[in-house]
Amino acid sequence: MPEARVIPLRAVAGDDVRKGKRPEADLPVSDPPPPSPPVAEPGEWEQKVAGGLAFLRRRITGDYDVDDFGFDKDLTEHVFMPPLRPLYEKWFRVETRGLDNVPDVGGALIVGNHSGTIPVDALMTTLALHDHHPAHRCMRLLGADLVFTVPGLAPIARKTGNTLACNADAERLLCGDELVGVFPEGFKGIGKPFSERYKLQRFGRGGFVSAALRTGKPIIPVSIVGAEEIYPLIGNNKTLARLLGLPYVPITPLFPWLGLLGAIPLPSKWIIEFGEPIETAHLGGAAAAEDPMLVFNLTDQVRETIQSTLYTLLMQRRSVFF
Amino acid sequence: MKPRVVLVTGVSRYLGTRLASTLAADPSIERVIGVDTVPPRPEASHVLGRTEFVRADIRNPLIAKVIAQAEVDTVVHMNVIATPLGAGGRTAMKEINVIGTMQLLAACQKAPSMRKLVVKSTTAVYGSSPRDPALFTEDSEPKSSPKSGYAKDAVEVEGYVRGFGRRRPDVTLTLLRFTNFIGPVIETPLTRYLSLPVVPTVLGFDPRIQLCHEDDGIEVLRRCVLEDHPGIFNVGGSGVLLLSQAVRRVGRLAWPVPSPMVSLVGRAFRRAGLVDFSPEQMRYLEHGRVADVSRLSARLGWTPRSTAEAMQAFVERSPRILNPETVAAAEERLLSLLTRRRTITTKEPVRA
Repeated sequence: MPEARVIPLRAVAGDDVRKGKRPEADLPVSDPPPPSPPVAEPGEWEQKVAGGLAFLRRRITGDYDVDDFGFDKDLTEHVFMPPLRPLYEKWFRVETRGLDNVPDVGGALIVGNHSGTIPVDALMTTLALHDHHPAHRCMRLLGADLVFTVPGLAPIARKTGNTLACNADAERLLCGDELVGVFPEGFKGIGKPFSERYKLQRFGRGGFVSAALRTGKPIIPVSIVGAEEIYPLIGNNKTLARLLGLPYVPITPLFPWLGLLGAIPLPSKWIIEFGEPIETAHLGGAAAAEDPMLVFNLTDQVRETIQSTLYTLLMQRRSVFF
Repeated sequence: MKPRVVLVTGVSRYLGTRLASTLAADPSIERVIGVDTVPPRPEASHVLGRTEFVRADIRNPLIAKVIAQAEVDTVVHMNVIATPLGAGGRTAMKEINVIGTMQLLAACQKAPSMRKLVVKSTTAVYGSSPRDPALFTEDSEPKSSPKSGYAKDAVEVEGYVRGFGRRRPDVTLTLLRFTNFIGPVIETPLTRYLSLPVVPTVLGFDPRIQLCHEDDGIEVLRRCVLEDHPGIFNVGGSGVLLLSQAVRRVGRLAWPVPSPMVSLVGRAFRRAGLVDFSPEQMRYLEHGRVADVSRLSARLGWTPRSTAEAMQAFVERSPRILNPETVAAAEERLLSLLTRRRTITTKEPVRA
């Protein structure tokens, strides 16, 4: 945690008074302090301004740290995460389950189902782990190489802690005790038509499993319900996609018909469930990663776990939007 | 085994001069011979100490005679040059880099006294592409081999060095891949680039850069001459800086240029003699390059300064346009201004 993290002081009115006061005036709780409540407000307000200014100073003078992968925690927590929070809390009303399956320390590979035309599910899972996990863990996503070739997107992807989906990077992050997130379906999952919602696509070539095997870190399956409905993909403009060098150009009920308005996601109700970790440490390390049958079986096991959890969650869900 | 006679190529350039003078200061080494096409700068000659200077072009067979006559046992090859500016054009640069290395290695192969070869190469051999892993290890295969300039020369030089290693397995071979040098004195394309008042960057990209402090570079070379460390090693500081961050630390302003215009801007800068941008440096400005330097630390039992510390050494030498003190003072003033207004409106006594 950087020392100057802005912590929003969302407290009850009576609490506010005490928080706004300076430490030297350590009065008993029962005794109301002489100034009236509005005077106590500056404390909170000042703190916010001071925090903001300190952040600006750090940015202007370059006084912040990035890790080897280019992860800029300061920027991620203060600039990229705050606008996502309303989306997470108010719009999608994300409900998390099984967060205790994610370890407080040490590396683990989080494997999830991918959907939703644009990878909002990745952002929401990252936010769930950062805000709601007791250890406030930062998930490091493995992204497709397309992400790192697009101007504008490439530096943001790196600064928010993502790196290229390749075994070298996955293993390096896992060995460094980081939480690594991967969506093995890739573009096949995220760009599948609405009619195939919640049907898992092929799970890559099992590269993620061999990374986990080689480092002996657990695999945590995560099932995300709700992301499929945010942009129901009913068509794909293949000609335009080929022209732009993109895997697909989405056509949804709202996009591109309503222009920018069509880019507003539908407010579906989300559930993110973290499943029981699948331990890999006892399977034999690097030698096990060289056994294709074992890798295939483990890949299938992870895939089946996520698929069956998805069906269970869908049964429990009352409706798409509530 | 301690070296007796050390030959340093490229001795007239900054790092060559520094290494030769460091080695000359070590009494355990009998002779230090420096080779270059041009004599060392007059101000450098007193630092060089007892270094004997031989004005020879490593591109012609004279070098073989020097090695044979002096019974050289250790050769430090530092004559792979990065910019065509000082060499008199790209053709001459390629000639010096590739043909020069071939001649030098041919001479070394024939010399029975040879015990050790230390080659200064570069991490530029890994190329720079969005499809590369975040960190290059010494065994990484580049996804896109450099196609031009210095990096391509370095790839070819490494190829010849490997060939030499096969033919003379008795010679201890150390191949050092250095990251970008920076520090209080050294002049490189990167230091010139970061000294521009407004630093052009590629719009939509913010590469990770890795730096090597010049003193650490010399120390690594010295250790590899005095001790035996066969193999390939990445040399540089641990950790990275983003280019935008580096620009901010030097107190400069970044000027993001859309990538189709970058080559135009680069050409303009080259013509003005400010900074020489080559195509592979352009790619570097987009995708950056970071190498895993843990093998070197493990092998030497010694760790170079981190990238941030190396950068700090450079920051201290360059006059900053935007001082962190100024920024901090501005922050303070703004904050006190805001709090005072606030306290006046709420009729609270002004605090000291």
